Amino acid sequence: MGQPQVQVDLEAELAEQERVGLLRFITCGSVDDGKSSLIGRLLYESKLLYTDQLEVLEADSKKVGTRGGELDFALLVDGLAAEREQGITIDVAYRFFATDRRRFIVADTPGHEQYTRNMVTGASMSEAAVILCDARKGVLTQTRRHAHLVSLLGIKHVALAINKLDLVDYSQDVFDKISEDFKAFAHDIGIHDVACVPMSAVFGDNVVTSSDRTPWYQGPTLLGWLENVELTRDEEDLSGPARLLVQWVNRPNSEFRGFSGRVLAGVLRKGDRVRALPGEAESTIERIVTMDGDLDEAVVGASVTVVLSDEIDVSRGSVIAVADEPADVANAFQAHIVGMDAHDLVPGRHYLAKIGARTVGFTADHPKYRIDVDTGAHLPAKTIGLNEIAVANVHFDVPVAYEEFKRSRDLGSFIVLDRLSNATLGAGMIDFALRRSANVTWQALTVDKQARAAQKGHQPAVVWFTGLSGAGKSTVADLVEKQLHAQGKHTFVLDGDNVRHGLSKDLGFTDADRVENIRRIAEVASLMVDAGLIVLVSFISPFQAERDQARELVAEGEFCEVFIDTPLDVAERRDPKGLYAKARRGDLTNFTGVDSEYERPETPEVHVDTTQLDPEQAASAVVAKLRDMGVI
Amino acid sequence: MKLNHLDRLEAESIDIFREAVAESERPALLYSIGKDSSVLVHLARKAFYPSTPPFPLVHVDTTWKFREMIEFRDRTAAELGMELIVHKNPDCIAQGINPFDHGSAVHTDMWKTQGLRQILDKQKFDAVFGGARRDEEASRAKERVFSFRSAQHRWDPKNQRPELWRLYNTRTAPGESVRVFPLSNWTELDIWHYIHRENIPIVPLYFAKERPVVDRDGTLIMVDDDRMPLAEGEKPEMKMVRFRTLGCYPLTGAVESSAATLPEIVSEMRAATTSERQGRVIDRDQSGSMERKKQEGYF
Repeated sequence: MGQPQVQVDLEAELAEQERVGLLRFITCGSVDDGKSSLIGRLLYESKLLYTDQLEVLEADSKKVGTRGGELDFALLVDGLAAEREQGITIDVAYRFFATDRRRFIVADTPGHEQYTRNMVTGASMSEAAVILCDARKGVLTQTRRHAHLVSLLGIKHVALAINKLDLVDYSQDVFDKISEDFKAFAHDIGIHDVACVPMSAVFGDNVVTSSDRTPWYQGPTLLGWLENVELTRDEEDLSGPARLLVQWVNRPNSEFRGFSGRVLAGVLRKGDRVRALPGEAESTIERIVTMDGDLDEAVVGASVTVVLSDEIDVSRGSVIAVADEPADVANAFQAHIVGMDAHDLVPGRHYLAKIGARTVGFTADHPKYRIDVDTGAHLPAKTIGLNEIAVANVHFDVPVAYEEFKRSRDLGSFIVLDRLSNATLGAGMIDFALRRSANVTWQALTVDKQARAAQKGHQPAVVWFTGLSGAGKSTVADLVEKQLHAQGKHTFVLDGDNVRHGLSKDLGFTDADRVENIRRIAEVASLMVDAGLIVLVSFISPFQAERDQARELVAEGEFCEVFIDTPLDVAERRDPKGLYAKARRGDLTNFTGVDSEYERPETPEVHVDTTQLDPEQAASAVVAKLRDMGVI
Repeated sequence: MKLNHLDRLEAESIDIFREAVAESERPALLYSIGKDSSVLVHLARKAFYPSTPPFPLVHVDTTWKFREMIEFRDRTAAELGMELIVHKNPDCIAQGINPFDHGSAVHTDMWKTQGLRQILDKQKFDAVFGGARRDEEASRAKERVFSFRSAQHRWDPKNQRPELWRLYNTRTAPGESVRVFPLSNWTELDIWHYIHRENIPIVPLYFAKERPVVDRDGTLIMVDDDRMPLAEGEKPEMKMVRFRTLGCYPLTGAVESSAATLPEIVSEMRAATTSERQGRVIDRDQSGSMERKKQEGYF
């Protein structure tokens, strides 16, 4: 080896690091799209392979390579013996390379379906994504799935690497067609920064250097794109309100009590007035302590220890936030949850959730819907299984400081843990806190719901009639409205059939459409409650999850669920619209009670057994309940 | 001003240290005495300052380490005021296991892998810090920051816990443990830059000096004591050498070098055409060998 030729100036190198940014990105693609080959080539071309690694690569290429003895870059990346034998990547692998402009950490994530959880894992720390597709196949279901997941995880910058262009003779037409398809789709799902790169990872076209086989392409190479994509990580933003997540209480002796943790947002300064969340207690930052000496300020990303000027209640998991802009605190949220384990996440079961630096009790409600990641469609779901993504309301057993996921990955994400196996069952992203739990003061509008209700002499409410078709819902609802109207109350009936003629006329009767129909009706009912009305909703609404969803859109005490309980044979005998007969003939599918389930309400506010009560008696029972609830 | 690259790596490592300590009953730092261990200990001090890191240093001693490593180890622990637990596998002592008579595979398995399991079982550590980096080796690239181990200390690469955001699942049942790798996202160059910036002491063997070596199948082995059997007529030669990685002296190849300062080492690394672990005999038995060792409980 001998004398080093060029003496490195380490001080200069360190100074240089000041302006070299770090980009974390993920690569995803279908099994044979050439992902590992691409990463192998990036490592190879950025001259980061050593001779001995090349020797192993050459030997392995001959032994198990798929390129007829030529260098098989995929072998560099496929680290685990098990997957070498299968010829596929089975887990997330992290790779490092650097150019003069940037350092990179690549999360290499598998493309096939059963490992969606790994892609979500890799995407969780990434700020850009490279999605590969095969030029011969175009935008596949898998490509759309990857784009959906990337969008869900909050990644804003996506490159579509249209690979294997050598196999379509470097055709511009093929490239243009795929680009257009993908850009239109990406735009629809909220990804606005999209670059499409024509590529051959195996031959190196447009990976690091521009290819002369694609003279029609003027855009950046893939590496060029990676070097220039905007860094948008939370850590790049110094402007947000300061938050410090307390991980550990530092007490070396009785004289010192510090709170060690990481600045998740903004800049925390000595002398800042701060609040310890959850809670109301305030104090002032007296010192920011590090082993290298005290600091005047700690910027986002820094791990420090702070000392407060007062003895206030702060422990592991507390969030120290600037007092004039504290984070919100709540214990119930709507969240997106990804199933991460072979065991389903079951609604109502007691789990643990880790959010920030706290581990708390956790339950999820029935999913409102799950998302078909191939199409974006909303489907009904009872549990959250492996690789499924669902939207559900979730409850923590204590209030926690949080931010919505779209504002902060660190304070807006959580993982769900099984109490017995300790497995990570789910990964959650907070959409928003549920209204009834939010510990925030809403901006008081001059004329608010209460003011409108006061004018009408009653409290607004949703009276939700559920039951089989032909049970008598509309009949009872109509009688209730008559009684209320006679008392001078301001009412409105939302009838399932009527709504389908207008607001929901674009919807059919698939499960996904039914979920959407209910969502719309529930939202409309909620708006009417804001307007101060008593809203009577008459709707089969067979699933508890959807009825709960409607309930959660209004405040506690504003929802009265009325179960019109008529036995199936009785309802079928009545058959006022002739629908049962049609369903029995098979002319009508997905008909509740015939070939689609009706989930009986477990704890309705009013349970009307129509074999015991006539419609007038039933209506009186509902009105009596509304009086009990203080609505009228 | 924003954090720079090394600041961010440092902050992330500190975050990992604090998280592991807050969520475990009995943490420990597996101290290998190499440069990565030096960085690891430095970061642990920063993570808990002004407290002393609330865990012991654990060294699994094979009795075949370079003498300078042992001196450095004892001095470091004394200076930092940290408890040092040294474990030597008593079975190996009884059987006189050594790399010359038993080969590198048996030697490594018995002293290191079995020795580590013994001390972990005995001390019931539930979180053990190690200095592994993802850029070191292919199977390391797939390891989590918090890497779960069964009660038998096995690593199951196909059944790793998903690791999302900065939310580490640290939970273990009795007998189980997690290996924690705060340096996961560092590269070798980062390590050298950081040693320079922070002025972190490292074992002098990393710097070139005249040392007595013999040439064994193209690998330069330093004759560190008189236990090294010499072939007939074989005579140790004094050569300017240094080590890029440290382990058992009979299993660690020296490189000829004149790099006696950090800048010289980094310069040499730039020009180097062999990767860091290449000096280690164990990795190259066959490809995929590190993965196999890890499944069996090697760190």
